[in-house]
Amino acid sequence: MVAFLLRKLLVLVPTFFGVTLIAFVFIRMLPGDPVILMAGEKAMSPERHARLMKEFGYDQPVLVQYGRYLKAMAHGNLGQSIITKKPVLDEFLTLFPATVELSLCAILIAVFFGLPAGMIAATKRGSVFDHTVMAGALTGYSMPIFWWGLLLIIFFSGILGWTPVSGRISLMYYFEPVTGFMLIDSLLSDQSGAFTSALSHLVLPSLVLATIPLAVIARQTRSAMLEVLGEDYVRTARAKGLGPGRVIGLHALRNAMIPVITTIGLQVGVLFAGAILTETIFSWPGIGKWMVDSIFRRDYPSVQGGLLLIAAVVMLVNLVVDLLYGLINPQIRHMD
Amino acid sequence: MSETAILSHETDTRPVGRMALLAEFWAYFSENRGAVYGLFFFIAIVLIAVFAEFLAPHQPNEQFREAFLQPPFWQEGGSLRFPLGTDAVGRDVLSRLIHGARYSLFIGCIVVSVSLMVGVFLGLCAGFFRGKVDTVIMRIMDIVLAFPSLLLALVLVAVLGPSLINAMIAIAIVQQPHYVRLTRAAVMGEMTKDYVTAARVVGVRMLRLMFVTVLPNCMGPLIVQAALSFSSAVLDAAALGFLGMGAQPPTPEWGTMLAEAREFILRAWWVVTFPGLAILSTVLAINLMGDGLRDALDPKLKRS
Repeated sequence: MVAFLLRKLLVLVPTFFGVTLIAFVFIRMLPGDPVILMAGEKAMSPERHARLMKEFGYDQPVLVQYGRYLKAMAHGNLGQSIITKKPVLDEFLTLFPATVELSLCAILIAVFFGLPAGMIAATKRGSVFDHTVMAGALTGYSMPIFWWGLLLIIFFSGILGWTPVSGRISLMYYFEPVTGFMLIDSLLSDQSGAFTSALSHLVLPSLVLATIPLAVIARQTRSAMLEVLGEDYVRTARAKGLGPGRVIGLHALRNAMIPVITTIGLQVGVLFAGAILTETIFSWPGIGKWMVDSIFRRDYPSVQGGLLLIAAVVMLVNLVVDLLYGLINPQIRHMD
Repeated sequence: MSETAILSHETDTRPVGRMALLAEFWAYFSENRGAVYGLFFFIAIVLIAVFAEFLAPHQPNEQFREAFLQPPFWQEGGSLRFPLGTDAVGRDVLSRLIHGARYSLFIGCIVVSVSLMVGVFLGLCAGFFRGKVDTVIMRIMDIVLAFPSLLLALVLVAVLGPSLINAMIAIAIVQQPHYVRLTRAAVMGEMTKDYVTAARVVGVRMLRLMFVTVLPNCMGPLIVQAALSFSSAVLDAAALGFLGMGAQPPTPEWGTMLAEAREFILRAWWVVTFPGLAILSTVLAINLMGDGLRDALDPKLKRS
């Protein structure tokens, strides 16, 4: 297991440096003077330009600049936002819990509905239920979620008036963040109605973000189950006279779960991509909206830092998924 | 004599040739009814895109100043002159949707052909040469895949400048690692087979071996992937348009139309509903086709 872990880490190291290189090159590829871009000032005296050039290190050779960038990164310094003048890392860490809360809720919804739907569809192959689930899953998989979110807003917020349109909680409530998760913080704050408000803000965005993972998980569970149900050991179990509940629950499900868990893990990238759109529609103050806003405000240090941090998070989660996969499936550990 | 008897006994009597292959493909493909519906719908969209000039009742950017935000014809205040209503500046929604089909298909075609060609070439190189070439190519692909696709596309467009062409380039870059991985895996599977060894022994040159001998046998999964990435290209381009980073107004691209309609969602449901419905149904049709292609072309699932 340790060798497996080391091998996985070893592959990750060059990928991570590649990611830093892309984030580093990003600023250089933008049209225009990097000093002006990074300082975010329109008019600049030649003296100030020369001083900033030295300060940012743009007068050095490119390789030295990259080295400086890596060194600063190792010290947790990812530059400063042009707009707020705050360190990019701080901005990211403030907004990150909002995205995590939204993504966690989305993936919980997706697993909670996707797993049973896929399992039942597989055991009742060819039934009306199976066809409905598969049609629904394909529709969900094809869904432009930015439109789906707008439709839900029209229906639930516009026509029924049930849910708020934007934000994480009503402006009536204010409390210091403890965990950064609004659902938990609102409970801790002891303000009546705060939790309900936070929940009603969360429902629509997490439903929207859950759509594609839900569809993928349902499809993957169904096909994994179908494959396992055709295996010899399932036939043996049946022949031994085990009831369908035991055969499916014990023998089939355990083996079908292996590819499904990988699929669930691989949704992290999908969730981040979805968060960009979902957060923009619902004005959810998370990383996705921050990235879009930073791009539009030409806050390039923030874009650069965000790009790097998001890729790092995705890589880390994928590593954990890989390790989990190795834990439940010993075959993988010994493969090259 | 006995040898010939065995041979004739084992000779495959199934029809051969291109037509027979096509017939076999169609037999598998048409077993999946959804795939056939998807195909018909897709053909319909292609026809709509080709004949947009004749089908659209108005010009896509023509403004009717007497009809701002007019509802569809079946609602009060609507008229058959604008069957699906008009948008905030008095343009006919139906005409814009019909012309928008052109953009979506164009985006899909360009993105798939660019990423397919580049991806297949890199995948062939990785699978054939192995060693350092393989490591370098696959590490670069890992780096591209480390970013969420839409985020990387968004940042690339921010670098290149927001436009439809740049959005297509960005999406093609984001998608091609999948082709590289698929091609490489397929090539590595084929390389161990006897026909490749035979071709090598005969002295077939590298390029011919790569593109003529091996590549045609790797096409199955690539075609399926092409269908899938066609639909995700349409989706991603619409998403970029929606975020203001794809086609720019007044282009009648579906995602861009949605972005323009956003502020009217609570006042005029039709300006939001129809462009999204167009995206959803197009993507759904292509995905249905993709499922059928997979059933027909994936040898693992093929029942013999």
